[in-house]
Amino acid sequence: MKKILNILPAVLVLVFVACNSNTEPAKTETPEATATAGQEAVKDDVSQKDVVKIAVGSKDHTTLVAALTQADYVKVLANAGPFTVFAPTNDAFNKLPAGTVEGLMKDDKKADLRNILEYHVAVGVYKTENMQDGQKINMVNLDDITLSIKDGKVMVNGSANVIATIPASNGIIYVVDAVLLPPAKKQ
Amino acid sequence: MKSLFKTFLLVALTASTFTWLQSCKPKGAQSAVSGDAASKVYVAPGKYDEFYNFVSGGFSGQMSVYGIPSGRLFRVIPVFSVDPEKGYGYSEETKAMLNTSHGFVPWDDLHHIALSETDGIQDGRWVFGNGNNTPRIARIDLKTFRTAEIIEIPNSAGNHSSPFITENSEYVVAGTRFSIPMDNSNGDVPINTYKQNFHGTVSFIGVDKTSGNMNIAFQILLPGVNFDLARAGKGKSHGWMFFSCYNSERANTLLEVNSTQKDKDFILCVNWKKAEEYAKAGKGKLQSVKYAHNIYDEQKQMASSAIENQVMMLDPKDCPDMVYFMPCPKSPHGCDTDPTGEYIVGSGKLAAVIPVFSFTKIQAAIAAKNYEGDYEGIPVLKYDAVLHGEVKKPGLGPLHTEFDDNGFAYTSFFVSSEVVKWNVKSLEVVDRVPTYYSVGHLSVPGGPTRKPWGKYLIAYNKITKDRYLPTGPELAQSAQLYDISGDKMKLILDFPTIGEPHYAEAIPASLIMKNSQKIYKIEENKNPYAALGDKFARVERKGNEIHVYMTAIRSHFTPDNIEGVKMGDMVYFHVTNLEQDWDVPHGFAVKGANNAELLIMPGETQTLAWKPEKPGVYPIYCTDFCSALHQEMQGYIRVSAAGSNVPISFSTGKTAPAVTTTTDKK
Repeated sequence: MKKILNILPAVLVLVFVACNSNTEPAKTETPEATATAGQEAVKDDVSQKDVVKIAVGSKDHTTLVAALTQADYVKVLANAGPFTVFAPTNDAFNKLPAGTVEGLMKDDKKADLRNILEYHVAVGVYKTENMQDGQKINMVNLDDITLSIKDGKVMVNGSANVIATIPASNGIIYVVDAVLLPPAKKQ
Repeated sequence: MKSLFKTFLLVALTASTFTWLQSCKPKGAQSAVSGDAASKVYVAPGKYDEFYNFVSGGFSGQMSVYGIPSGRLFRVIPVFSVDPEKGYGYSEETKAMLNTSHGFVPWDDLHHIALSETDGIQDGRWVFGNGNNTPRIARIDLKTFRTAEIIEIPNSAGNHSSPFITENSEYVVAGTRFSIPMDNSNGDVPINTYKQNFHGTVSFIGVDKTSGNMNIAFQILLPGVNFDLARAGKGKSHGWMFFSCYNSERANTLLEVNSTQKDKDFILCVNWKKAEEYAKAGKGKLQSVKYAHNIYDEQKQMASSAIENQVMMLDPKDCPDMVYFMPCPKSPHGCDTDPTGEYIVGSGKLAAVIPVFSFTKIQAAIAAKNYEGDYEGIPVLKYDAVLHGEVKKPGLGPLHTEFDDNGFAYTSFFVSSEVVKWNVKSLEVVDRVPTYYSVGHLSVPGGPTRKPWGKYLIAYNKITKDRYLPTGPELAQSAQLYDISGDKMKLILDFPTIGEPHYAEAIPASLIMKNSQKIYKIEENKNPYAALGDKFARVERKGNEIHVYMTAIRSHFTPDNIEGVKMGDMVYFHVTNLEQDWDVPHGFAVKGANNAELLIMPGETQTLAWKPEKPGVYPIYCTDFCSALHQEMQGYIRVSAAGSNVPISFSTGKTAPAVTTTTDKK
């Protein structure tokens, strides 16, 4: 699983708890592969920042970063990509009905959270100059978003305005002022 | 806590946590030894590895050979690029191997490997590799681990969908990555006339059962899509070949946007037995083309290059029931058939499902003409009619799938950087492991055949920046070895690779090592420039050419004193290694040679061309440490002015002081 790094300290605790209390702990992932903190932790102040580093460095995206961490999505976005990421600001998350974010951050809602985050990510670099009014983009969660363009300004799903464009080493970030919600699941 | 953490990491490196958790008793290093990764990959000094791993060298143009499970590099086989280490592409004997219809191409890009098969099982005779840039296929002889043949592919550009092989090595294939104007048409057309003027082709290259020699049996003319990868049917689907293709939008610019518009592209299904019949029945058209065909003659120990002028093109318009398209989501890359031949796995780079197609259903859909339409005149089978099922949201960016001997498939995910194991029949995901990072191809020993040997999975990755010592702007790419003998995949080793590893195959060592050639028998050396014994060593002038027929044996050259070379001469050193002893090559170097050096195997003759740039005395020596007196294995060449009257003379061991007026007679 991708969470190995995150759970490493947890595993440690488990191990010692297990030894002290002499109980059989739940089976955990074998962390033998992860001797380092991962490529996203490699110290590099010279290279252009990737999507994750940009988000982490932004004070307006702490909710997004927390959500990505909770959904085990940080590693994915640190990979080669390329990605187009629509990045809602903290204000955008705050616009959601009260309790929504807190609800999604619960462990049993991880799949829902991930589905929403994956609805903000497309594989490929979609640049504004190539966007067309009415264009659909199939996002990582397999649902489409629809772009509208008015006076050179891009809006997603008729609700989220692109308020900034940030090129990243592994893609492009569009800062949006609303969270994109995937269409209800059709059965 | 920090030091505890470190200790934990140290242990974790080598021990299975689970085992450790169960025992909990030993604290410290001892616990690192039980059931651990290190012992699984440890091949003790003096022991052989269990598998050979033939790994493509990507942009290096070469192929490398590793041992599994140790990850030790045994050889880099020069294929599509010159190799100073072995003189490949530098010696007069091997230069012709890199000849093409465009002239000498010293560096290409090798992506995929195909080991020869008999009855769908690896037979260890040859390994094929594709030349991606200037389209070619190479055959490497696994007796000598040398490139034995290279054939260029006309009507092609970007030979990516290659050299995938049929189950009795009847054919290796070559599909165009770029569609282009055909070679016999006027290619000087506006690029934006792509849709009218550009075509794709797939080529079937026959492989002679005995000699392995290749010939282009036929090509199939296809719409201008990009062919990506391919896999032969096997067992029940033997006689079919499946090619993935993307850019069904037929875009000619900014493909990252313009070729990803449609929800589905295609897998092309080719009934090659039918195509064979059409070719025999003369349904094809002979097209005038130009392509090089290079063969290394083992007896003459010399490569020759011939330019061939014709190829048979089959047009699906004239050949019904030969090709069909199957819709496949989002820019399919991998296209892999399972060991039974029933299931064809498509991997859309941008898709979040893996579609698995059923050969039985494909046949039924064809019989019932269950088409959703046609694409440029070629029937498109209904997706739902040919689908066995989809693996849902298995990961991000599925690329390639290999199979084990227990009905499981292993798919690599580039974007989410992981390997996912799933059940081919039930389509259920049973395990996933991360790879570090950005995995491309996978290899299970025998994985693409009817008989996977299983046991290991090797993932080939691009990014290593948190695990390999930095080496400047570029880091080594890596292979990662997983133990797949249990239910869960376990990462047990990380080893660096040459160039960029794309596809690779692994094969039990026992199928190859017994055939490995030890020496070239001197009595079978038919190189016209050989000197098969010291008594044949000589120097001859032919106009402005000096031919030095030289022998090498521990630890001297014959002759080792040569005079009479004049400015303006081209000197050819034909060096025959007289050793008849395994692993005793000799090297040959002459000071100031603008070309290279030679490396000559036991019993072999190799030639270095040298044009001296000014009069003087030039040393020669052996570059491959051959004996305790290796450092004594040397000599001199005297070069005189153009008008000089120094006669040709040569000797070895002649110690009398030279008198300028005496000459050695032949």
